[in-house]
Amino acid sequence: MQGFDFDVIERSLGYLFLDGMRFTLTLTAIAMVGGIVFGTLLAMMRLSAVRAISVIGGAYVNLMRSVPLVLVIFWFFFLVPYIGGWITGASRPIQVGAFLSAVITFTMFEAAYYCEIMRAGIQSIPRGQVWSGYALGLNYWQTMGFIVLPQAFRNMLPVLLTQTIILFQDTSLVYVISATDFLGAAAKVANRDYRLVEMYTFVAVVYFIISYSLSLLVKRLQDRIAIIR
Amino acid sequence: MNYNWHWKILLEAEPGGTGSYLHYLIVGLGWTLATALAAWVVALTLGVIIGTLRTTSRRWVVHLGNLYVEIFRNIPLIVQMFLWFFVVPELLPQAIGDWIKQMPPPWGSYVPAVMCLAIFTSVRVAEQVRAGINSLPRGQRMAGTAMGLTEFQTYRYVILPQSFRIILPPLTSEFMNIIKNSSVALTIGLLELTGRARAMQEFSFRVFEAFATATVIYLLTNLVVVIGMRWLERRVRVPGLIGGQAMQAGH
Repeated sequence: MQGFDFDVIERSLGYLFLDGMRFTLTLTAIAMVGGIVFGTLLAMMRLSAVRAISVIGGAYVNLMRSVPLVLVIFWFFFLVPYIGGWITGASRPIQVGAFLSAVITFTMFEAAYYCEIMRAGIQSIPRGQVWSGYALGLNYWQTMGFIVLPQAFRNMLPVLLTQTIILFQDTSLVYVISATDFLGAAAKVANRDYRLVEMYTFVAVVYFIISYSLSLLVKRLQDRIAIIR
Repeated sequence: MNYNWHWKILLEAEPGGTGSYLHYLIVGLGWTLATALAAWVVALTLGVIIGTLRTTSRRWVVHLGNLYVEIFRNIPLIVQMFLWFFVVPELLPQAIGDWIKQMPPPWGSYVPAVMCLAIFTSVRVAEQVRAGINSLPRGQRMAGTAMGLTEFQTYRYVILPQSFRIILPPLTSEFMNIIKNSSVALTIGLLELTGRARAMQEFSFRVFEAFATATVIYLLTNLVVVIGMRWLERRVRVPGLIGGQAMQAGH
């Protein structure tokens, strides 16, 4: 361990956290919100009585869950400029930054995983809840929005948050499209100053501290929810 | 705004001169499976040992197991990949470190990738094993003790044979995960399926043909694994138990 250079970490702290970690956290937050919203819609599709809708929802989820995230990141990195060009009617693929591409990728990808969680959550609600909603004269969207989803969401909150910790870790894969997330920033410093051991060890420690603290919080939340019920 | 598909590219020769692009990708699948299978064997062994130890009555062993699980669960896979590839050879004695660094390609990437995936997956296997053991009725353990079996014998003859059959379905999804996760090894230079799809895209500029072909190959691989595992699950299911798994977050 001789010659472990702490100085390189200290010198680059600003870049690592203000540029890198901000990218990571923003991406995680947007993809979490977007993924849960889209995932809930997918779960409602999969549980739909209309067969065509449930088949489409199921096909999307199974497709996303069968391919590696790295491949999905590549797909969207090249696909988003084309779709953008198609929507705006441009003749060539439009320029899309790594951040927007990553936001779309992770929202679309994580939605498949959030969907399975929300589906289990919805299925855990007794059918009588839905019937009483209809008996009160509520329509499908009202029953879902006011009765089923709030309960499903609450029951599944710990699992949704655990999935978000995994999402937080997975965002480091944007390294493959050379984005400057926390890992990407560290990799750039590591290669510039030839300090790979220091930088990657530091990255591992930081990810560990954040993920582990979050998982402890989730555990506490889980206990609290369990007592109330 | 249109994309001109050119599927014939798959039959054209790749610049490395080993054959067609399709052949190039299928060799990539070979490396994906070789990585995943080797790592799976290690992950299963380690995972079963650690998962079992975490349910025993020795407190310090349980704590040690928990520490192992928390460390490797809370560091992203790609960061662990870099640790195995860049950091571990530097921390080992110089002779061993140099020997690792001088391994000819692709072994220089293959060995760290297998180690990384094995340890990463062993944590998840350990969690499944522990959950499987804890799902058994407590009476099973007590009956073992009442029969005069030692703790080791109780595990060997009563608890483990039952829990292995219970945890098979969740282990199926872990096996699919290890296949998918092996794609992260492209970041340390292993040319497995996803890595080769990206290389093909760079050589030929046929972006979507390359990724679409890789996607289809992954889907077919998944299909084969699912069918094989369903068959295995039917064979070993414990009669009288419903089975099924609890909802868990994961990839």
